[in-house]
Amino acid sequence: MVRFENVGLRYGMGPEILKDLSFTIAPQSFQFLTGPSGAGKTTLLRLILMSLKPTRGLISLFGSDVSQIAPDALTAVRRRMGVVFQDFRLLDHLTTFENVALPLRVQGQDEARYRSEVIELLRWVGLGDKIDAIPPILSGGEKQRAAIARALIAKPDLLLADEPTGNVDPSMAQRLLRLFVEMNRMGTAVVIATHDIGLMNQFDDARRLVLGDGRLHVYD
Amino acid sequence: MSMTDPNQPTPTLSPRLAQWGMGILTGWRNGGAWCVALIKGPSNNLPLVPSENIAGRALVTVIAIMTFLAALTAVSAQMIASAATEWQMSVATEMTIQVRPVAGRNIDQDVSRIVNLASGFKGIREVKPYSKQESEKLLEPWLGSGLSFDVLPIPRLIVLKIEEGSLVDSAGLRKAITDQWRHATLDDHRVWIARLAAMARSVVAVAVALVGLVMVATALAVAFATRGAMAGNRSIMEALHFVGATDAFIAREFERHFLILGLKGGALGGFLALVFFGAAHLFASAWLGSPGGEQMETLFGSFAIGYSGYLAVVMVAIAVAFLTALVSRITVTRTLGTLT
Repeated sequence: MVRFENVGLRYGMGPEILKDLSFTIAPQSFQFLTGPSGAGKTTLLRLILMSLKPTRGLISLFGSDVSQIAPDALTAVRRRMGVVFQDFRLLDHLTTFENVALPLRVQGQDEARYRSEVIELLRWVGLGDKIDAIPPILSGGEKQRAAIARALIAKPDLLLADEPTGNVDPSMAQRLLRLFVEMNRMGTAVVIATHDIGLMNQFDDARRLVLGDGRLHVYD
Repeated sequence: MSMTDPNQPTPTLSPRLAQWGMGILTGWRNGGAWCVALIKGPSNNLPLVPSENIAGRALVTVIAIMTFLAALTAVSAQMIASAATEWQMSVATEMTIQVRPVAGRNIDQDVSRIVNLASGFKGIREVKPYSKQESEKLLEPWLGSGLSFDVLPIPRLIVLKIEEGSLVDSAGLRKAITDQWRHATLDDHRVWIARLAAMARSVVAVAVALVGLVMVATALAVAFATRGAMAGNRSIMEALHFVGATDAFIAREFERHFLILGLKGGALGGFLALVFFGAAHLFASAWLGSPGGEQMETLFGSFAIGYSGYLAVVMVAIAVAFLTALVSRITVTRTLGTLT
């Protein structure tokens, strides 16, 4: 599903911040991406999202070499991925319902078709009573749950979550982890970037990708 | 009760004409549906580009001013062109013969003979010679009254009225007159008509250029506003990209946003232009009794813009709105292309 071969990244003429990354993410797999703050976890996720280009090496997504994907085909690839950003990136003028429904709306789906599904997911993440609220009046944890729901609503093949439990209490973090595990059982490959050891310990079977000094160590 | 006679054959369209008609109907329907869909959006959801902000209100004001100026220019040009056409028509229905006094000739006899000659020409409806007293009266505004004009060689004028829709052989008439009376000249007002036509053409050309400049200025203002809106909503664009929106989808959202702003600005500017012309019409009507008012009416008519004027204002407003949407779409598409 995702394949990195000797990937390196530097900004401008600066030093390489990611060096010789080689790993794969298999379909329906579950992994934590961890490492100290500033190790490059978010940067690695952005490489997978194609919002950054590597300075060397090969990245392949869903069987296609990223450097060969035509601009018109990028959208189709992105639609197979769900993303939870560290800063949520919710649209402040839209309601929680509309934010979560956004991936389906941009695909041209009719609201009548997805309304019940979106409301059910919002209830699952504990936002059933915040359907018509706009992000500026939500707490950090509520925004995070809305961002998670938005990433999951289109049932992506690959879920990338950047610190998805950073702003929620331990019980909600556990509940969200269960949601990710459930999605994984239903066929979605999951990558969770976190430095929350407690969270990772709750799911020992998961693969761990550890970033340090720009290099990646994989613990299966 | 049906008005159709059952024995009459049903009129049929030729297949080509029917196809052409269906094409227009389908185009009209699709065009209408596209406009409605563009303004309304794909569903009843809120627009993805925030609709209300200070920059948006400023752009509506700019578009309103531009629409007002463009409508003012277009309608003024239309009024001047139509007044010029009326002047041309009234001037073109007359010709003038001037007979200069020459020593040794009886000018009254010459005038009488020329009147007889001109009356026989095809297309001449009426021939009116000005008597000596009438000719002298024409000079009174410049020379004053109570003077003796006997010592002055005052020419005599003969005014020829032309039948409506007739073409008079003015070259033939001129030759016939000058062959017999070398001291007489025929003025068919051709120079005046040519000047009026040139003036009307110049006014229309300048107006078209001004409307064009206003449109270019509007397009530039919209392009900068679009770039500003994109910079201000960069996080929204990125979020849309990552949730799988195509560039075309994002461009359509911005286009919808700016079309609504364009329609608001166009409607406001068009309304102000109509108010201006309405007020000018009322003012001109109230001023009609005065000498200045009469001169204004002679020059520009009654300041009523008529159906064509209203249509011009509406067309300018709609054109500005759609120009706004088009420019924003092009700007967004080009900028997204660079980002990708």
